[in-house]
Amino acid sequence: MELICPAGTPAAFREALEAGADAVYCGFRDETNARNFPGLNFSREELRQSIALARRKNVQTFVALNTFMRAGDEALWYSAADDAVALGADALILADFGLMAYVAERYPQQRLHVSVQASASNPDAIRFLVETFNAKRVVLPRVLTVQDIARLTSQIDCEVEIFVFGGLCVMAEGRCSLSSYATGKSPNMNGVCSPASHVRYREEGGSLVSELGAYTINRFGSGEASGYPTLCKGRFDVAGAEGYTFEDPVSLDVIDEIDALRAAGVSALKIEGRQRGRAYVAEVVSVLKKALGATSAERAPLVSRLRTLSEGQRTTSGAYDKRWR
Amino acid sequence: MPHLPPLLAKPVDIAPLWLVERVARMIFSCVLKAHPDLFARLGDYRESRYCFSPSDLQLHFRVVPATQALSVSRGTPPPADAHIEGPIALLLGLLEGRCDADALFFSRDLSVSGDMEAMLALRNTLDDSAIDLPRVIGSFGGPFSPVVTGFARYIRTRVLEGRETAWN
Repeated sequence: MELICPAGTPAAFREALEAGADAVYCGFRDETNARNFPGLNFSREELRQSIALARRKNVQTFVALNTFMRAGDEALWYSAADDAVALGADALILADFGLMAYVAERYPQQRLHVSVQASASNPDAIRFLVETFNAKRVVLPRVLTVQDIARLTSQIDCEVEIFVFGGLCVMAEGRCSLSSYATGKSPNMNGVCSPASHVRYREEGGSLVSELGAYTINRFGSGEASGYPTLCKGRFDVAGAEGYTFEDPVSLDVIDEIDALRAAGVSALKIEGRQRGRAYVAEVVSVLKKALGATSAERAPLVSRLRTLSEGQRTTSGAYDKRWR
Repeated sequence: MPHLPPLLAKPVDIAPLWLVERVARMIFSCVLKAHPDLFARLGDYRESRYCFSPSDLQLHFRVVPATQALSVSRGTPPPADAHIEGPIALLLGLLEGRCDADALFFSRDLSVSGDMEAMLALRNTLDDSAIDLPRVIGSFGGPFSPVVTGFARYIRTRVLEGRETAWN
């Protein structure tokens, strides 16, 4: 199975290459990708240099253009696709059907991957994208069990890539409106979930209070590990009981399931984290590379250290190992 | 949390402010000379005022990238658009991109306040810059530059032990 690694900057890209990535995914410095954070991402020239470096190391570069085009401003997404193709991207990761159609028609030889943001999670949806746009790979949303994935791969004619480590989105991706509801901006249209412009942190009596727009997301007690200020991982008072309504502040880790995922027909394992620093990329990629070649008994101690880098300093297998509560 | 030992912190805390400021400006100037495009990624946030408060020193460092201005103060933190507080070793580790800012935030080793867009832009800018502080400090050593650089690297390794991510 391939290891697909994140890069938010050229420095992180180089770290991913050094650490053993089979492919690195990245995006342009604008709203055409779902990690449109200040100071992050690549200029055209930076991408050109990074792709050249990756080629020398026999590593592929995937360019994420995985936000949805805004009516009237399609040119921004079209020109990003034109440039990514011209710069030699090995694959484009797309979510918008209109953009998929544009790429499929203009660049029929260009390899097209279906982004997790397209939320394609059943055989009918995936078959449609394969037949209509010649999609070669689908990145599955983080809402399926390993058994669901095994059933799915046997019914479709394209490669399957899944997230195995990093930030955990628990929603039907590309459809979630929680960030839009609180801030007017979303990962789907603007490339930002819980945009930094609407985030505030303050210390209050030893507690860390995180706010998103007009909402208090969490209050972390003294010494309690904190998390991102996303509504889906907020601590709320519901019907008199305080707790995490959707999900705890926690990261995804399904390295233990590598053998089952391989048996399920998964082609590629993706690490989330384009918004994380190069130190994170270097460590996570190198550890997971080792884990891929290790026995199941050797994996647990290998990946345990990564927990300290994770949101809330805890990890979960999420929906991959779904249990009813 | 890697706090500065009192033996090292005390002299800095009692040193005249002008002296600390002069040394800090020399290092800052040397970093800018080695990385002339350091703040290119900041975009509009070059105008922002950033305050760094080492929790193990009684000092605040305020930087305005647009004017390349650095000032040092004691007491109440100076007015700033974005403020970050944590042990000096971790702040320097972040400056070099050797520590992951999100991980240090999750572990509560760092606290941030103010304009988070400005803070994020700075974090990403520094993370891409590959600043090597021991080399910068070593450049002040004249003929003893390699020794000073080596010693600074040794100190960095010791101070960041366990916090620095495994390097390739």
